[in-house]
Amino acid sequence: MEWFDALNLSRLQFAFTVALHIIFPAFTIGLASYLFVLNGLHYFTRKTIYIDLYNYWKKIFALSFGMGVVSGLVMTYQFGANWAVFADKVGPILGPIMGYEVLSAFFLEAGFLGVMLFGREKVGEKLHLFATGMVAFGTFFSAFWILSINSWMQTPAGYAINEVGQFIPVDWLAVIFNPSFPHRFAHMVLAAYLTTAFVVGAVAAYHLLKHHAGKAASSMNIEAVKKMFSMAMWMAAIVTPIQMYAGDSQGLNTLEHQPMKIAVIEGHFEPQNPAGLVVFGIPNEEEGRMDYKVEIPDLGSLILRHNLSEGLQGLNQFPRADWPPMAPPFYAFRIMVGMGVLMLIMGIWSLILRRKGRLYDTPLMLRAAVAMGPAGFVAVICGWVVTEVGRQPFTVYGLLRTEDSLSPITTPMVATSIIAFVLVYFTLFGAGLVYILRQMRQPPLTAESMLDAQKPNLAAGFVPPSFARKPQAPRKEQS
Amino acid sequence: MIDFPLIWAGVIAFAILAYVVLDGFDLGVGILFPYVKGEANRDQMMNSIAPVWDGNETWLVLGGGGLFAVFPLAYAIIMPALYIPIFTMLLALVFRGVAFEFRWKERGKSNFWDFAFAGGSTVAAFAQGMILGAIIEGIAVDGRSYAGGAMDWFSPFALLTGVSVVVGYALLGATWLVIKADGDVYKKASGFAKRLAGLVLVLIVAVSIWTPMLHDYFAERWFTWPDLIYTVPVPLLVLGCAWMLLDGLKRDHSAKPYLATVGIFVLGYIGFIISIFPYIVPGQITLWEAAAPDESLKFLLVGSVVLIPTILAYTAYSYWVFRGKVGDSHGYHT
Repeated sequence: MEWFDALNLSRLQFAFTVALHIIFPAFTIGLASYLFVLNGLHYFTRKTIYIDLYNYWKKIFALSFGMGVVSGLVMTYQFGANWAVFADKVGPILGPIMGYEVLSAFFLEAGFLGVMLFGREKVGEKLHLFATGMVAFGTFFSAFWILSINSWMQTPAGYAINEVGQFIPVDWLAVIFNPSFPHRFAHMVLAAYLTTAFVVGAVAAYHLLKHHAGKAASSMNIEAVKKMFSMAMWMAAIVTPIQMYAGDSQGLNTLEHQPMKIAVIEGHFEPQNPAGLVVFGIPNEEEGRMDYKVEIPDLGSLILRHNLSEGLQGLNQFPRADWPPMAPPFYAFRIMVGMGVLMLIMGIWSLILRRKGRLYDTPLMLRAAVAMGPAGFVAVICGWVVTEVGRQPFTVYGLLRTEDSLSPITTPMVATSIIAFVLVYFTLFGAGLVYILRQMRQPPLTAESMLDAQKPNLAAGFVPPSFARKPQAPRKEQS
Repeated sequence: MIDFPLIWAGVIAFAILAYVVLDGFDLGVGILFPYVKGEANRDQMMNSIAPVWDGNETWLVLGGGGLFAVFPLAYAIIMPALYIPIFTMLLALVFRGVAFEFRWKERGKSNFWDFAFAGGSTVAAFAQGMILGAIIEGIAVDGRSYAGGAMDWFSPFALLTGVSVVVGYALLGATWLVIKADGDVYKKASGFAKRLAGLVLVLIVAVSIWTPMLHDYFAERWFTWPDLIYTVPVPLLVLGCAWMLLDGLKRDHSAKPYLATVGIFVLGYIGFIISIFPYIVPGQITLWEAAAPDESLKFLLVGSVVLIPTILAYTAYSYWVFRGKVGDSHGYHT
């Protein structure tokens, strides 16, 4: 029970609330872009299938986006409530960046969301496409600022420290584009795209399986289902290798700036030259060694040094007081990479089946695609565990310790709030998940676009009257 | 030399006021929800705020985020001091926020999300009122951090301000519905407004008498020359607004009661600022002591000068688009 003090409970609470929050942006960043692509494809090709898919995914987007907004609101206040010393010290640097996130991204999203969801019949196709693009751009922008903040905590730059111990800005460009930011930003945005691709692929595969079993409703738009499966698998085939490259570059960046984190990820207590790759093992932090180690010789150096002449450092070379906990990042990293490998296999498999013309009717592939639906979420959360737990015991890497960042709050307070968060989040987001899954169980329909014309889905935003006067004469549709 | 902390204090004070006046009425509609029966009536109430509520709530993010950016020391002291009411408020807001979407997924039966919406709105308003009361009462500070206990915020005065804010928001909600609703809902709202108006005035008097008794410098500020020049008009203007409110209700005027209520809120807010200025943590930390360095304030101000007016124009425009009665025919959700 000793472990459960205000410090560790606050860490737990932050981890819980931020992990549940990241699920929604990870999905909506990708989904907003997907909706933009669908809308654009319809605009330029005039094929109704794209707008059918647009209307189908729009509803799911609306539900997820709302939950992302409310769970994000909590984060803004938690910095001060649980991490007051941190807030006081980093406020002059991270506060304004967060301010920009709120001002630009949040309002951009909320502003154009109404136009986007109200349907193109009311606002005209061109403006509707523009609004969808702005929402996608807004989610992207939001990720930009937030990842800049997180990256600064990992690799602080462009700052000085004043007489009361606050970090103060010296060079804003250096602050925003700090050394790990470009790598982390690319890695996260690609992760969001993959997450969405695998959700879309799973929903499509589910409906294809039902179709093959003869259980699908006759109104199901089978062409649309095939189209989304095809698009999802293209994403898997193309983006997964790019993501692996981005992950590799972030790894190299981490090696340069946070070698301890690499030692933890790699599972090296002792330095090795050339270093092997620990495939699996059970970290024994007490004794400072890896038990039951399964290791491939030389591969660690090959991956992280791209040669065999340089080795890697081990955790025992660093002061014990600065060690991050090894087990969570060590295991989470392996799960994340495992998900990546599975995604790559799916991508390659889809290319082979596509060549054979059997992409839509190979039951094993379809079942695998359903099972891979949550893969992106698992990988994203594991990735964040690696980078955040790997940053411990610091909040600002090397400069401000987590234990020195805490508010003057007591254990019962934090215990109460964390229980409240768990109860409320599980109730509300559980219900949200049920509604989303219920929506996904419905197939996209052929006449979706017609049925939906008068049916706005979300309580946000508005339609500018100048665009809302009358439905435009539709351009010629062909399917 | 430009006084950036003062400019920013103005901006954040404005954001908080915008929040109170805007989200106040949609929380108020939630507070009144249980007292109006019938699904169609409740749909009408929900639809009257559905297009605008999340824009309104964004001002709260701006208030919290702005405090962090511009007055990090105040943020670092106030948040832990008000740990319990802040998280209560946030969780309550999460509850009612999801209800806007989820409510339409469960039709017909006794709807859990109706309860979530009403309960969340009421608890959020009460927590905000207690936060206000606790800040006025004062926060213990030692060096650069909070020095009090977990329950310091809880006091009879904070209970009074908590109740006052709930009743005040309910009045804002009722007068908002007078503008937006028709039929049953309109009649009910008008009745609520009449009863709530008297209660609000009683509560204002109670808070106004109690506040100067809390700290000597509040009393000095309010009752000594030359500060009297700007303190005396405040209660007089409140009386003016109260008369306008009751008169508007009597004559079935559409917008007048709502605007009068907003006037009362603005005056109450001005009274609050008169009491605590130039402190941001009353009696302990001034604006200038709490401010981040000018480099930070300037950096964010550049963007805000462009973005805040854009947001305001957008907000005004969206209210203009949704002007007039909601009706039940062209509901937001169908």
